[in-house]
Amino acid sequence: MAYVAVKGGERAIDNAHAWLAEERRGDPALPDLTLPQLREQLGRAVDRAMAEGSLYDPDLGALAVKQAQGDLIEAAFLLRAYRTTLPRFAHSRPIDTAAMQVERRISAVFKDLPGGQVLGPTYDYTHRLLDFALAAGGPVPPAPRTDTPVEAMPRVSDILRAEGMMETDAPSEAEPGDLTREPLSFPAERDVRLQALARGDEGFLLGLGYSTQRGYGGSHPFAGEIRMGEVTVEIEPPELGFAIEIGDLVVTECQMVNQFKGSKTVPPQFTRGYGLVFGFSERKAMAMALVDRAMRAEELGEDVTAPAQNVEFVLYHSDNIEATGFVEHLKLPHYVDFQSELQNLRRLRAEVERARDRPAPALVDGDTDTPTTASQAGSLP
Amino acid sequence: MTQTMPNDDPTAARRRWMAVLARADRAMIEARLQDGPPLPAHVRLRGPESGLVMVRGRAGGTGAPFNLGEMSVTRCSVRLPGGQVGHAYVAGRDQRQAELAAVLDAWLQDPDHAPRLQQAVIAPLEAAQRARRAERTGKAAATRVQFFAMQAMRS
Repeated sequence: MAYVAVKGGERAIDNAHAWLAEERRGDPALPDLTLPQLREQLGRAVDRAMAEGSLYDPDLGALAVKQAQGDLIEAAFLLRAYRTTLPRFAHSRPIDTAAMQVERRISAVFKDLPGGQVLGPTYDYTHRLLDFALAAGGPVPPAPRTDTPVEAMPRVSDILRAEGMMETDAPSEAEPGDLTREPLSFPAERDVRLQALARGDEGFLLGLGYSTQRGYGGSHPFAGEIRMGEVTVEIEPPELGFAIEIGDLVVTECQMVNQFKGSKTVPPQFTRGYGLVFGFSERKAMAMALVDRAMRAEELGEDVTAPAQNVEFVLYHSDNIEATGFVEHLKLPHYVDFQSELQNLRRLRAEVERARDRPAPALVDGDTDTPTTASQAGSLP
Repeated sequence: MTQTMPNDDPTAARRRWMAVLARADRAMIEARLQDGPPLPAHVRLRGPESGLVMVRGRAGGTGAPFNLGEMSVTRCSVRLPGGQVGHAYVAGRDQRQAELAAVLDAWLQDPDHAPRLQQAVIAPLEAAQRARRAERTGKAAATRVQFFAMQAMRS
């Protein structure tokens, strides 16, 4: 393939961006959206931009959503680009989701469990009817509070494990792989898979997770537990020599419980898929847990037959920044490539027409010459 | 959480005030400093500068660590004329907050000022943070499901 430098278009690009800025602002008679408004009132959009942008900062998330006019993949892209401008100071201690300040916690496998079923600010049980009172605006009454003492909320997986019914996680302090430092390579271990899933596209993972439920690599999932709330982040700066808390994050965690028939060394027990996502993103956490479990098929001695079980397929296509880059690169000039395609096609058609005019049944001869010289560039209208 | 720190840890008090300052925004810290004496002159040793911390989770919640994603963090280190060195690492990108937190970290190490600062700055900030947490916990508790046993009345 030949590349040809083509100049031109600067003024068109500048003018396009000026119009974009004007369109983004919309009707100037209306008030400009502020970042706190976006952060407070479009929190799920900000959460998704932060999760897929792999950068937790609600103010930056709000800015990205505003700048992208609500296009959340573009917003995630902006956050990914921004993070490359910052130095990394440290990595945190692994967050402890058992110590979460829980705002929502439900289990589909135990009705009565320590700490109970806490619905939190959920859309579940709403009727999905458009609320015209919301369109009119107006004050919102404060939500009820109950000042009952909070019970401890052990993870459902820990409850099952105490009974010996759940696989145990091998305790490990191994240094995890990091996709921001080393490119994806295969075989990809679970640490890298979980990182990729945590920042993967919600729609892609939702579709894959759904496919496992519909029989493409099914593993009989139960939503063992979903919890959402604030967790504390701790780092251990070398200049201090002890761990300090640097703030809190909202995360959503999903423990999907799956059947496992057992093996020669392991008795029949439950296995798990795990989902952990920045922000309040229950759908994404559940989809992530389904796909994480599906990708453990080989490790658990199951047949690898379905797309969601194919680690390479999933990880190579789950990142929407990479996907959008490659899909949208098709917009870039391919004038020379296309010119050669066009010439080939013209030649082939000419051969076919000649053959039709001739009595002999001659087929197309092997024309392997595909001229793509620079001189042909830009000759298309 | 701060409440679970053991009392015999010599760093416990410092960890507690650093945790409180990390969660207090600039305006809240400045409001607590308004009525007291001015901040001591300080030398910036590093920063304030913004960067990233890679947040880790564990597979399944208890297994091997993995990298979940990054968060923005701002850090600052300062020295006071008395020689105390203060550090701050705070979530977000507010450089003023980080510098104030670092100065307070140093100042709180000075026994002449610590009791007053604890009372005027740290305790009220901590109370506000606890109140916010209690409010959200209370709202969560109000959404806890109370199941009723449905009994068939057949006799």
